[in-house]
Amino acid sequence: MSAITSPAFKDNVRAALQDRQLQQALSEVAPGLAARRGAARAGLPEFEALRDRGRDIKDHTLAHLDLYLEAFEKKAGEAGSHVHFAPTAEDARQIVRTICRDAKARVVTKGKSMISEEIGLNPCLEADGLEVVETDLGEYLIQIRGETPSHIIAPAIHLTQDQVEADFRRLHTGLPAGRQLVEPAQLVAEARQILREKFIAADVGITGANFLIAETGSSVIVTNEGNGDLTQSLPKVHVVLASIEKLVPTLEDTNTLIRLLARSATGQEISTYTTFSTGPRRAADPDGPEQCHIVILDNGRAELLGSEFREVLRCIRCGACMNHCPVYTAIGGHAYGWVYPGPIGAVLTPALIGVHSAKHLPNASTFCGRCEEVCPMKIPLPGLMRHWREEEFSSGDTPLLYRLGLRAWAAAAKRPRLYHALARIGIPLLAALGRRRGAFRRLPLAGGWTRYRDLAAPQSRTFQALWADTKAGVPR
Amino acid sequence: MPGSGKARPRVGLFVTCLVDLFRPSVGFAAVKLLTDAGCEVDVPVRQTCCGQPAYNSGDKATTEAIAQLTIAAFEAHDYVVAPSGSCAGMLKLHYPALLKGDPAWSARAAAFAAKVHELVSFLVNVRGVSTVDATLEARATYHDSCSGLRELGVREQPRKLLRSVKGLELVELTDADVCCGFGGTFSVKYPDISNAIVERKAEHIAATGADMLLAGDLGCLMNMAGKLSRQGRKIAVRHVAEVLAGELSDPAIGESP
Repeated sequence: MSAITSPAFKDNVRAALQDRQLQQALSEVAPGLAARRGAARAGLPEFEALRDRGRDIKDHTLAHLDLYLEAFEKKAGEAGSHVHFAPTAEDARQIVRTICRDAKARVVTKGKSMISEEIGLNPCLEADGLEVVETDLGEYLIQIRGETPSHIIAPAIHLTQDQVEADFRRLHTGLPAGRQLVEPAQLVAEARQILREKFIAADVGITGANFLIAETGSSVIVTNEGNGDLTQSLPKVHVVLASIEKLVPTLEDTNTLIRLLARSATGQEISTYTTFSTGPRRAADPDGPEQCHIVILDNGRAELLGSEFREVLRCIRCGACMNHCPVYTAIGGHAYGWVYPGPIGAVLTPALIGVHSAKHLPNASTFCGRCEEVCPMKIPLPGLMRHWREEEFSSGDTPLLYRLGLRAWAAAAKRPRLYHALARIGIPLLAALGRRRGAFRRLPLAGGWTRYRDLAAPQSRTFQALWADTKAGVPR
Repeated sequence: MPGSGKARPRVGLFVTCLVDLFRPSVGFAAVKLLTDAGCEVDVPVRQTCCGQPAYNSGDKATTEAIAQLTIAAFEAHDYVVAPSGSCAGMLKLHYPALLKGDPAWSARAAAFAAKVHELVSFLVNVRGVSTVDATLEARATYHDSCSGLRELGVREQPRKLLRSVKGLELVELTDADVCCGFGGTFSVKYPDISNAIVERKAEHIAATGADMLLAGDLGCLMNMAGKLSRQGRKIAVRHVAEVLAGELSDPAIGESP
């Protein structure tokens, strides 16, 4: 698995907030994605009805997942693919290593795959002596920098164009030093030029899958660069990495989800490339891989099926929750400390690495509800984050000081007479202390607030006390 | 609809803990607005807080106890109205969800939820108020608090009533529907993130050129007021009910008398 820094979330946050380049990159890209999604939604009157259909398709599939997995295995097998079930990340890594070894591979190209990040595939293949090349531009950028994705569809969203230009000049030394690298198109063209040789040299191509279709045994990828197609069609072996919740019953269902996916992700009506692959090359096909392997990962997901977290498995990985999250857009993806950032990460990560390690993630949300509002699969993300908080609280994992404070407050909040009696003493005192300025710049026990903000002083007495006077005929 | 046949429906005011403790003038503004809208207002003493500090900290048992207390306090009322979208959302949506497995409480929670409303949307949607009799010479902007907006659909109602305030110019805020970074206990558990979010909000507020910021939730208002004041910006921050009721004799939030 990838390195986990989620327990150090607060330190990560501080570093992220002080990182000027990150802040600049975030301020430019995420609001743009959100605006494009808004325009795409406005342009499709049936968008809300489509969300309901998408949710229903996924709910139905998850309720009968065993049947659809079996059906997929059968259909994919008939098309000539090998289907491998991987209960754990380690199983998935071993399966891919074996496939590469059997193919006597030296060079492996990769399309974008979050499952690959989840199982930590690249270091493992590199340890076997393979040259592993990411071919999605964003993934390529972070690979040459030794970083991990900070967004599930825009992995290099944390980088500015200037940083990319500097990296290209540093690494692509065979190219003329005086070349122009100002426009995004120029950067893309240069990456293409470098990657083309790798596509041709590759022995194994590994891609993810946006959907696995039970009806046909097909895998589907959506990309905007076409890199996925070259990755899966040029080498003699194609490996698909997917997790169990990628299953969709039919082609028709897939169409519904694709319409939601591109609009929610980038505001496109459809991605530039949407590729359906069914099995390896057939006798009459002009090209395609000789072998096709589909690795289906569980890694703890089946356990979620019967839990209150089941709905998170509806996710189609569009990233809209991140683009609309006030927390994600303030701190970026790396601060979350593992593969899946943002609201979806705040729900999924505790399930995959344990709530103890990931406990900050479901807590670091204002519950503003924007993620749920834009989620194409209508996943109740804040509600699921609250479930994690409930697990944390009931397991006694909540920090002691916080727990004690909560207990003291609860003792009063559950007893109105005591509560009002305490408030009638405390509030006028606090009001008197703050009367001159109207607000506190500093106050004992309120450092979390007053470090950055003034705290308004109470006006005078409590409403309940003043109201009692009013009812008794005393003028306010 | 409960009370709709009566001349004067009996409204129980859910004060909210922040209004009770920090800003009673919002409570009195709510009473005035409700009375002007033909309601008889009562303030049950057996209410404290809606329970969100416990609920959002994962403490279900405490939340359930508070929910039961609150439901019992308002059983004799035709409506329950709160000057907060966040607390009203808690009462209306989360109490029934929390108590739905409890045979003794699920029906009571559902009946309670049906009569809960956020103040301004109650005035417009239920009482048919379309104008208020208030005057204020100011250039104001309005922030949509998250729960009211997304859980209860509070958006047009406050703007509609604010447009009827004589002398008030209402300017729209960029990203008015984006969170201010308050989030209840979030603001003190993750102050660095909360601050980053409210800083961005403060920039948008300042960019409107408004001299007054309004919203319908005291938590968000105290957060934004605290940031604007720390930045030395001279923007008066008030609860929308204060402006609609003409209850402006008290200083704005966080200002000295």
